[in-house]
Amino acid sequence: MAHTAVHQASRGQTAAHAHAAEHHDQEGLKILGFWIFLVTDCLLFGTLFAAYVVLRTHTDGGPNGKELFEVPGFVAETFILLTSSFTSGLAALAMNQGKRNQLLGWLAVTALLGACFVGFEVSEFAKMAGEGATISRSAFLSAFFTLVGTHGLHVSLGLVWMTAIMLQLRRRGITAVTRRKVFVISLYWHFLDAVWIFLFTVVYLMGVM
Amino acid sequence: MLTKLKDFASTFFVTGDPLIYGADVAIVLTTIAIVFVLTYFKKWTWLWKEWLTSVDHKKIGIMYLIASLLMLFRGGVDALLMRTQLALPNIQFLQADHYNEIFTTHGTIMILFMAMPMMFALFNIVVPLQLGARDVAYPFLNALSFWLFFFGAMLFNLSFVIGGSPDAGWLSYPPLSEMSHSPGVGENFYIWGIQISGIGSLATGINFLVTILKMRAPGMKLMNMPLFSWSVLSTSVMIIFAFPILTITLALLFVDRFLGAHFFTMTAGGNPMMYVNLIWMWGHPEVYIVVIPAFGIYSEIVSTFSKKKIFGYKSMVFSMMIISVLSFFTWVHHFFTMGAGADVNTFFAISTMAIGIPTGVKIFNWLFTMFRGRIQLKQPMLWTLAFIPCFVVGGATGVMLAVAPADYQYHNSYFLIAHFHQVLIGGVVFGYLAGIYYWWPKMFGFKLDEKLGKWAFWTWNIGFYVCFMPQYALGFMGMTRRVYTYGWDMGWAPLNLVSSIGAFLMGIGFIFQVWQISYSIKYGERDTTGDPWNARTLEWSIPSPAPMYNFATVPHVSEQDAWWAEKQAREAGKRAAAAPALEPIHMPKNSGIPIIMAAFWFVAGFGFVFSWIWMAVAGLLGVAACLLARSFQYDTDYYIPVDEIKRTEASFGRGI
Ligand code: HEM
Ligand SMILES: [Cu+2]
Repeated sequence: MAHTAVHQASRGQTAAHAHAAEHHDQEGLKILGFWIFLVTDCLLFGTLFAAYVVLRTHTDGGPNGKELFEVPGFVAETFILLTSSFTSGLAALAMNQGKRNQLLGWLAVTALLGACFVGFEVSEFAKMAGEGATISRSAFLSAFFTLVGTHGLHVSLGLVWMTAIMLQLRRRGITAVTRRKVFVISLYWHFLDAVWIFLFTVVYLMGVM
Repeated sequence: MLTKLKDFASTFFVTGDPLIYGADVAIVLTTIAIVFVLTYFKKWTWLWKEWLTSVDHKKIGIMYLIASLLMLFRGGVDALLMRTQLALPNIQFLQADHYNEIFTTHGTIMILFMAMPMMFALFNIVVPLQLGARDVAYPFLNALSFWLFFFGAMLFNLSFVIGGSPDAGWLSYPPLSEMSHSPGVGENFYIWGIQISGIGSLATGINFLVTILKMRAPGMKLMNMPLFSWSVLSTSVMIIFAFPILTITLALLFVDRFLGAHFFTMTAGGNPMMYVNLIWMWGHPEVYIVVIPAFGIYSEIVSTFSKKKIFGYKSMVFSMMIISVLSFFTWVHHFFTMGAGADVNTFFAISTMAIGIPTGVKIFNWLFTMFRGRIQLKQPMLWTLAFIPCFVVGGATGVMLAVAPADYQYHNSYFLIAHFHQVLIGGVVFGYLAGIYYWWPKMFGFKLDEKLGKWAFWTWNIGFYVCFMPQYALGFMGMTRRVYTYGWDMGWAPLNLVSSIGAFLMGIGFIFQVWQISYSIKYGERDTTGDPWNARTLEWSIPSPAPMYNFATVPHVSEQDAWWAEKQAREAGKRAAAAPALEPIHMPKNSGIPIIMAAFWFVAGFGFVFSWIWMAVAGLLGVAACLLARSFQYDTDYYIPVDEIKRTEASFGRGI
């Protein structure tokens, strides 16, 4: 045997140095995990999209997308959400410059825009339900409410989460840990934006066409 | 008031069946006994601190193992009840609806609450040790996964005494599982039990993928990694791609039932066959999810007990990866009879048969590893040897089923039942049992008794063939699955009787194993070396059971079978480099949040099962509170000081 396979690694670092390195590794590890979580979330939406596409035409004599979707409404929602994605980008920029208050400000704007988006969606749903287009009216509407609603639920959860992170930022400032948290929530936010683009296209645009 | 209460109780609790009253009594008595023992011996704090809040992968693995063995027992009792009912024609032991419940709970429990956790047990116990790591990538999440599984399984099992069991088959096909045909709460239990534990499984998939990609000991290249870890990598990837489909499929079924939607109904444009497609897009990968780790286990065992490096390491890796990809393109073989057309059926027939190729490669590699090896017939090796012929036959009947036109004959007959039990028992269960025998000394520090083990091995194996070989014939004779009784005129009686005898032989095998474990706790051969099998991979380089930090100093690896190479070098007089100075070890702190959060999921699930919105909302709020509590927690780690490491190592007789 030419060489020993297992010899004990001697890293020769001081303990303190090792601690800092470990901390750094851990944050990186969590970000990687979050990316993989996003893959699973993507598949979640993919399955919902598949179901929607299958059931799109199954209106059972009830209203279809063309009759239900209101162009100004969903275009406004799209603008709001896209803008919030932009402001969350600005937040990340502020964080990289170490400007905590600016970071908090942009996060707050992002969250507000997100809340507006959810508000629009809720009123859209309420209006449709009021017209008798409920989730139990037809397979098409079941798929519509579930797909769009799941996205809305994601945004709403994101709002709670973002608020929690803002509180932590106020308490602790920008540290390795809070930095990772902001990074992760902005990934999440951009992801929801990307999903919305597909919703906008597949559900709304193709619906009114 | 009193009559109201009575009314409620008579629908809330399952009533009218003496078997279930017996179970009620047994459950109450066992609970009282457990509470009494814990209180009497003042073990509550110990239980909470050492186990329930532990984030140590080894302890989580042991908890998975215990839970899965209990579930094997429950699933096994279900199986024996069914085989008793079918032993002879016209038996009045189980009624039709009760039989439906039992095959449903048997199938669901065996796959989701027995095979999956037993697999996760082995992941947890083995993978970090094999990689030379101190824990998994996300220890907290790991604990959460376990508790989600645990409370999901509890919720599912509760249906047996409260509310009523699901009875629409282990995959709950609509429209049977819709409100229109199953208005009771059973299907809700099915959905929420699986949903809650499924989230845990998904998290475990992510956890182990990252662990394997990022936590390997320095120098361990992917292509030097032990094959069990490779199998876990491959399974984790499949979990990540398959489980989201399950989550959505069950969620849609629940939306149908709960909000009156029409995804899978027969009316208002719903499409039940979409459910069948979706559930099998998860379901087929799922069967490979459980069998691939068994392949990994066999590879480790064959190599260790033949005292040879595994034959064709690279082809082993590639065949596993090919299987994991192909397994996503075969789902339609479960319903060729849907009538998708000759072109679609042809595609899925060919993709199914194609899986036979990489699987065959693996079989040959195991055989070539044994060829001219110095084979030792220890228990793990026995189960491995039993697996090979069993799986070859099971695979061959699988290829028969994959011939689409022929499947119109076999579909949903006892031929199918025999086929999938042959691969699930001969492949998955034998594999996990082999793994448990193999790694048992690493978990507990002693071996399981050989003699009792041989009894268990032979009764299981003979029982298996006696039970399932007749079922192939019964399938050809026209017996379909899920029938609760049959007449003398069918001519099925003799073979069914033989089959039931075989089932009870397997039950005796299980009893032998319980006996074996109890006996070995006291009398089993102790493992003082940490390497009782003279094995090859890193988990055997540390003491048994492993200390909480696993490796006092992180090993450095430069080739496959690192521990074997190290032993060779030591024998040749080229001893390992002197041990370097110890450093404090970074460890995650225990946490009560995982068990509490999972308990809240249980509350929420229970609320949804009975449509008690207040309870569901309360549960979900509890979950949210736990998540926030965790987010605001910053003090989550600590360091084990060098002194303590020295003391621990010395207690194993290893000076540093
Ligand atoms: C201990 C030996 C076992 C025996 C004697 C046994 C027996 C049975 C019987 C009698 C049925 C019902 C057949 C019918 O009426 O259609 C059944 C179904 C089933 N078994 Fe087993 N079984 C055993 C082990 C297992 C294991 C280990 C697994 C999985 C890992 C498993 C998975 C299933 C599944 C998925 C079904 C289908 C349930 C359904 O029709 O919905 N079984 N088994
Ligand atoms: Cu399949």
